[in-house]
This record gives sequence, C-alpha cells and structure tokens, in this order.
Amino acid sequence: MHLTLLAFDWVLLLEKAVLILIIISVSLVVAMYETWGERKVAAFMQDRRGPNRAGPGGILQPLADGLKLFMKEEIIPQSSSKFLFVLGPGLAMLTAMMTSAVVPWSSHFHLWGRDISMQIADVNIGILYIFGVVSMGVYGIMIGGWASNNKFSLLAAIRGASQIISYELAMGLAIIALLMISGSLSLRTIVEQQQVGRYYVLVQPLGFLIFLICAFAECNRTPFDLSEADSELNMGFHQEYSSMKLGFYLFAEYVNVFISSAVMATLYWGGYDIPFVNDASLVQRIGQNPVAVLQVLSLFVKIVIFIFFFMWVRWTIPRFRYDQLMKLGWHVLIPLALFNMLVTGFVVLLRQNHWHF
Amino acid sequence: MNLWEKMYIPAIAKGMSITFGHMFKKKPTVNYPEKKRPFSPVFRGLHVLNRDEEGRERCTACGLCAVACPAEAITMEAAERLPGEENLYREEKYAAKYEINMLRCIFCGLCEEACPKDAIYLSETFAPANYTRKGFIYGKEELLIPNPVTEAAEFAQAKGRTERSEGRGA
Repeated sequence: MHLTLLAFDWVLLLEKAVLILIIISVSLVVAMYETWGERKVAAFMQDRRGPNRAGPGGILQPLADGLKLFMKEEIIPQSSSKFLFVLGPGLAMLTAMMTSAVVPWSSHFHLWGRDISMQIADVNIGILYIFGVVSMGVYGIMIGGWASNNKFSLLAAIRGASQIISYELAMGLAIIALLMISGSLSLRTIVEQQQVGRYYVLVQPLGFLIFLICAFAECNRTPFDLSEADSELNMGFHQEYSSMKLGFYLFAEYVNVFISSAVMATLYWGGYDIPFVNDASLVQRIGQNPVAVLQVLSLFVKIVIFIFFFMWVRWTIPRFRYDQLMKLGWHVLIPLALFNMLVTGFVVLLRQNHWHF
Repeated sequence: MNLWEKMYIPAIAKGMSITFGHMFKKKPTVNYPEKKRPFSPVFRGLHVLNRDEEGRERCTACGLCAVACPAEAITMEAAERLPGEENLYREEKYAAKYEINMLRCIFCGLCEEACPKDAIYLSETFAPANYTRKGFIYGKEELLIPNPVTEAAEFAQAKGRTERSEGRGA
C-alpha cells in the first residue's frame, strides 16, 4: 500500500491502535470476570455456592457489580486534596494497563499480505520496562493514601508501599538469573527460546518460586494484603473512596493479577507456546493463522491456571504480620535470589567452558 | 522446627490440598426459593386466626393473648354479635378489630398457649418483607384462615400448610 503521507507507515499505526484497543478491553473483561471467579472459587473452597442468581451460574454478576459501582454516590472528602484524590486510582489503573504493552500474546497473524505481530511493542528491554512500570505502581497507592487525609489510610498506604518496594528487589534479582541464561531482555526472544528449548521453570525452579512469591506481594494479594487488611485497617488506603474510583482501585488490583500471571507464564512457562507440540511443524500443517489463534488460547489457559492459583492461595493462607513480611522479603528472599544468581552464573560459566574448570 | 518445617512450603502445600479437596465436596447450601428447608412441626411462624368446621370465627376477643404477649404486639376491640350473624361468629362476643404488630412480635407462641378457644396458632410461614412499618401491622383479613364452607379450596390450601390443628378440641 502506498500511503506515503508524511512518510510513515499509517497502516502500522492503525494496526497497533486496534491491537491496543483489543488488549485493553480484554484486560478489563478479564478483570471483571476475575471478580466472578474469585467469588466462585472462594465459595467452592468454603463449602458454599457463590453467586448463582444473576444469569446462569452467576455469569452476569460482574455486570451487576459494575453497575452498582457506577450508580453509587461519588464522595470526595472535603479536606482531601481533590486533584490527588482523583489522580490516585487513575495512576493505579494506568500502570496496571501499561505493563500489557510488552507481553507477546501470540506469534503473528498473516492477514492481507502483512505479518501482524501480536505484541504492541517489542522493545528489546522488555523486562526492564515491566519493572519500571511496576515501580510506578507504588505511586498509585501512596497518592491514594495521602490524598485521603485520613491517618489510617496513610498508615496502610505506607505499609503497602514499603511492601511493594521490598519485594521488587527480590523479583529483579530472580530475573537476573533468568537473563543470564536467555541473554536477552526482550520477552519475545525469551518465548522463542522456550519454544525450542525447555521451559525456563525447569531450568530455574528456585527463581520461579521467588518470582511467584514476589508477584503475590506486588499485587497486594493475601498473604501479603495487609495494606487492605479487612479486619485491621478497614479498607486500608482505599477506605475513603466510593463508586468508580474505588472500582478503579479494585480493578487495578485484578488487572495486576492478570498481568502478573501473563508475565509469569511468558517468562517461565513458555508464553504462547503450545506445550508438547512442535509449533513450527504445526504451522506447516495447519497454516499460520489457526496456529496463532491456538497460541493465544494456550497463553490464556496458562494465565487462567495462574489466576486460579492466586485465588487458591488467597483462600488458604492467613495474612502475614508486617514484621514477618519485611523479614521474609529482606532476610529470606533476597539472599535466596542472590544464591540462585550465583549458582546460575556458576553453571553458565561452566557450560561455556565445556564443563571443565 | 527443622529446616524443612521452617520453610513453611510443606505446610502451605498441605493446606492448599485441603482447600482444593473442599472444592469437590457436597455443598450444604439450599437453593432457596426453589427448595425450602423443611421445618419441624412445632415451628412458630405467622399467626393464623382459626375458624371451626362450620366456618364461624373462634376468637371471642377475651384478651388473654394480648395479656400473655410479652412484647405487647396484639391489640383488639370487641363487639357484640347481632342476631343475624350466627353463622359468622361462635359466641356472642367477637373481635371487631384484631391487630398484631409483626415488628413487635417475637414469635414466642405464648398467645397460642394462652388462648382458651383455640383461635390463634402459629403456622409455618414467616413474615415476608415490606417497605413501610405500617405494612407490618396485620389486621384481621390477613390473619384469618379462609372459610371452609364458603371458600373451601383456599381453606384446604391453607390447611395443608398447617397440620397441627388436627385433634384440637372445641
């Protein structure tokens, strides 16, 4: 196509815009149905049934919840800083959504003579970008807690922020060991390496465990949810919020869970690779587009399994105390991650040196 | 605690297997309103003002139930039976106005025990929800059981729900 207005590729822009729209809507829909899933999973584990009145099996329950949140009264406390009050949930949701830009959702579709890659931005610092955005997520919590002009919210926000920054370190250190093996920060390269080699969870089991625990802490999920500890600090940093601003905070948590599951699946479990199937030969047999669809499905199956795992852990384990949490983050996870790094470096050097010293 | 226990991973894994097992157990939830939990025969629910076999009201407005009620929920006004109304009321005195305030009632059943004429008893249903407080003051129309002579079908349906008034004396 010869659209040479201003000499850049308009079709690429359109393609990326459509992809962004699709991914954002999918994230929001998945976050909505995560609320349904959470209530059903919680109910089944507690010997009860969960929502089953709104639509068959309670499928329309998230719509009812969303509608309820929209219809509630928007309360902005008079002594709060209004600009920051409204900014907090927006920041939380923004950073939650921005992480989805570098996750490869599938290999590529072949439509209309073009190869449309299913990743919004294949930057070659993919993992670093994810960490940067997640660090910005702390702002959403801190601003929410500060702007509420409420001492308890501030306390909860401080706890939440300190928890997130402590566990970010351990997460980064666990990823460094992965980088030593893969040699590239780009997420698509990591998935492609897992397609030919073995899944990195088999190569780095300890790294995966550390990353998993840190992902729980990053999403403020039980057992690390003392920033919204229901029995101690009421609702924590989102106590003063009502209606859709509260909805944004809760949704941002669920979108974070979704994106953490996607990142975990991509880094350690092969991403969009269909397990036990040689994808290249499948492309020869069925064609590129059906295989791309199957790959998206396979990524989503992995994500759903992880989301179920998040919920399973939430309804099993009691909450950590603040000092236990800090001790775990600094005294246990960081030394473990460093040890993991050392062992990985040792083995990688040995392998380069053909297994003799 | 040894190192294996201190890691908490085995304990967590055991806990998670227990919760996972609970997902497949039978749930004791009853799908109300499609299925209702069966009540015992002595369940104390909504009040019903009884009639005898010929359809005459049994209540004589003696006031014993109002005195017995610990929550002072029952109020009544008596009236004298006029000569043409023998088929409506059993005795010469009857209750012209009989009101029970369901918000005050504690469903203790003392009124049922106090009544000398077997006129009031507590059935199996419970008070449905209402929007105003006035809606909860039940008058005679809501409390009276349907007439077995003139409205036999409704009476049979109402009776079917309350099997305890069998074998009660005059």
